[in-house]
Amino acid sequence: MSFEWPWQYNFPPFYSLQPNANTQHKQLAAWCSLVLSYLRHHKLYTIDVLEAQESPLFHNKKIQRKFPIEAIQVVLEELRKKGNLEWIDKSKTRCLIMWRRPEEWGKLVYQWVSKNAMTNSVFTFYELSNGDDTEGEEFHGLEEWLLLRALQFLQSERKAEIITLSDSKGVKFF
Amino acid sequence: MDRFVWASGLLEINETLVIQQRGVRLYDGDEKTKFDLGTVVLSTHRLLWREQKKHDCCIALLLSQIIFFEEQAAGIGKSAKIVVHLQPIPPNKEAGPYQSSKYSYIKLSFKEHGQIEFYRRLSEELSQKRWERISVSQPMQSPGRSQAGRVRAAGIVGIERKLEEKRKETDKNITEAFEDLSKLMKKAKEMVDLSKLIANKIKDKQGDISEDETIRFKSYLLSMGIANPVTRETHGSGTHYHMQLAKQLSGILQAPVEEQGGMMALTEVYCLTNRARGMELLSPEDLVNACKMFEALNLPMRLRIFDSGVMVVQLQSHNEDEMIASAVETVSERGFISSEEYAKLVGISVLLAKERLLLAEKVGHLCRDDSVESLRFYPNLFLTRD
Repeated sequence: MSFEWPWQYNFPPFYSLQPNANTQHKQLAAWCSLVLSYLRHHKLYTIDVLEAQESPLFHNKKIQRKFPIEAIQVVLEELRKKGNLEWIDKSKTRCLIMWRRPEEWGKLVYQWVSKNAMTNSVFTFYELSNGDDTEGEEFHGLEEWLLLRALQFLQSERKAEIITLSDSKGVKFF
Repeated sequence: MDRFVWASGLLEINETLVIQQRGVRLYDGDEKTKFDLGTVVLSTHRLLWREQKKHDCCIALLLSQIIFFEEQAAGIGKSAKIVVHLQPIPPNKEAGPYQSSKYSYIKLSFKEHGQIEFYRRLSEELSQKRWERISVSQPMQSPGRSQAGRVRAAGIVGIERKLEEKRKETDKNITEAFEDLSKLMKKAKEMVDLSKLIANKIKDKQGDISEDETIRFKSYLLSMGIANPVTRETHGSGTHYHMQLAKQLSGILQAPVEEQGGMMALTEVYCLTNRARGMELLSPEDLVNACKMFEALNLPMRLRIFDSGVMVVQLQSHNEDEMIASAVETVSERGFISSEEYAKLVGISVLLAKERLLLAEKVGHLCRDDSVESLRFYPNLFLTRD
């Protein structure tokens, strides 16, 4: 299934940061949702800003428009405010993107656990993200750092407990 | 004039012709002489003047006798002149047309032009001083003796006297020049009055003159400008002046601003106004101050300053919403537009076209595409779509 671009993607003004506050608000909202859905489609969790500018996400070759780097920063900052992004380095060249926030992931995992009546059982992280049982689930293939955060959220909700095993991590759901 | 000597009109051996010019009249100082229509000849050694009709009448002057010379620009009814300042008469001078003269300078008046080239060649000759290097066979004074004459005229007193003379001359020239100007201004006023009179006459008996001619004449009148412009002289300074000026401006600007679609850049207003005023030019500062008065005086004009700092004069009746609406409509029809294209389309300046588009952007009807190609405006689909 190929990625379906929003209508704005082929609208040249989409690639110039709009000076009108109202317009800019709408524009940034469109960008945020595009960035998240694009990464989600391609199951990407990190962005290198410079690399991303050359990717189809920010560079529309068909209409020959490229989103300027300053504007990308504005969009990413907007995502950070919403809790979907964390900078990896101080100079803000790389970032982690969570197209679902950790608590959302946590909820998804817990839903699956309770649906399959597997509360009170123990899983390794690997089983959860790459095991046969979770095949087809949305959190299948989730990167470990994000899974850890999702489970940490569940732990704070007292729905799970993270156990440190010898070479890997495990979790017990309640 | 008393330095001139009668001459044969022929050049000596070793003497070369440099340039000659027809239609030159000689002045003894400031007075006209009977040498009024002749050819002036510049050679490497002498300055000759020969009558154009009778070739036997010829007078000459040694270049070594020239102290310095200067240009005097042409005026109205006056030909351009070259003023030549001369050394005192050498003791053993040959006979010439004038026995004595109260002036120490002569003027060459160029009726048929050519003074620029002549002036250039004369200064070349005087700086090269070829008469010193190549002596001619004629019993001319030796350069040495003329040098002696110069020494006598020198000294501090001599220099002072020369300076004083020069200053007086300049003073006179300046006064003359200004006389011309004020005369012209007086004439200009008369001309405007006259044209007004004729205009009224035309109005009275419309039938005598064809419609076409009337229109043409009126256009002449328009370019003649404002008959009695408000000036600092007539209306004092400060606020009162600016108020009167504002009233006059609003009167003359009404028609052209309407023609331009209700808005005109201040620079254009400035040009238009000063063109109409003719002689009594307006400073940019006074214009801005007068325009600022529009609102307080309840005149049908407004000075508007855009966010970018661009100032325009617009009609009060000028409807901004309508203007934005028409801009948005144009953009929607064409898909997108640059300010240059819009300016061409609507027939206004690029600056104003851009301001209009920016205004429409400001209220959220348009959005921009700022690419390497140019700044283009699109309908604001961000707000209208989805």
